Amino acid sequence: MSELPRKPRPQFRNIHVSQILGYRLPITGVMSILHRISGAAMFLSLPIIVWLFDLSLTSELSYATLMDVTDLVFVKLILCGLAWAFIHHFFGGVRHLISDMHIGITKESSPRIATVFMGLSLVVSLLAWLSIFGVL
Amino acid sequence: MADAPIGQKRLVVGAHYGLRDWLSQRITAIVLGCYSVVLVVAALLAPEPGYYGWSGLFAQTWMKVFTLLAFLAFFYHAWVGVRDIWMDYVKPLSVRLALQTFTIVWLLGCAIWAIEVLWRV
Repeated sequence: MSELPRKPRPQFRNIHVSQILGYRLPITGVMSILHRISGAAMFLSLPIIVWLFDLSLTSELSYATLMDVTDLVFVKLILCGLAWAFIHHFFGGVRHLISDMHIGITKESSPRIATVFMGLSLVVSLLAWLSIFGVL
Repeated sequence: MADAPIGQKRLVVGAHYGLRDWLSQRITAIVLGCYSVVLVVAALLAPEPGYYGWSGLFAQTWMKVFTLLAFLAFFYHAWVGVRDIWMDYVKPLSVRLALQTFTIVWLLGCAIWAIEVLWRV
C-alpha cells in the first residue's frame, strides 16, 4: 500500500540572488520590490537632487545654469528616472497606507489594488517624462 | 553572554523600535505626500514662470516652514527605510555598521546642504 515512491517534499527557503530572474513574483511583490528600489535610488541620488534644488533657487544665474544643464539629453534621462522613482514611491506609499487601514488585503483584492496603483504610477510617470522632454 | 536573561521573566532581545519605526514611517510619509501635492500645485499656480515665480514661492514663510518640515520628515523617512534595507540584506555586523554610518553621514550632509539652500532664499 505504501509502496508508492515518495516525492521529496518541496522546501521553500529564502530566495537566493541567482534565482531572482526565474522567480514568479505576483504584482503585489513587484510593487513592493519597486518601492524599495525606487527609495534606494532616490537615497543614492540625493546629492544630485539637492544640487538641482540649489541651482534652482540660488540666483537667476544659477537658474539659467539649471536650464542649460537640464537641456542635456542624459540629464533629462536621469530626471526621467528620478521622476519615476518619486512617482512610484508615492503611489506605492499610498498603497501601503491603504493596506494599513485593512482595505484590500484579501487574496482577491490585493492584486487588484496593486494593479491599479501600478497603472497610476506608470501613467503619471509617462506624463512626467513627456513634460521633461517638453512634449507636454 | 547571548543567553544571559535580562529582565525577570524572560530573555529580552531586540531593540524594541519596531512600532516606533513603523509609525514614524507612516507619519513622515503622510507629511511628504501632502507636501508633494502642495508643491506641485503651488508650482503650477506660480504667478510667473521661471526663476522669480519659483524662488518667490520659497520666499514665503509658510512655504519655508512646510519645506523644512518636509525635509526633516524626508531625512528621517530615508534613514528608517535605508536602514531596513541594510538590516535585510547585510548580515556581517562590521559591514552593516559601516553602511549605517555612511547612511547617516550621507543623509545629514544632504540635509544640511538642502536647509542651507532653503534658508538663503
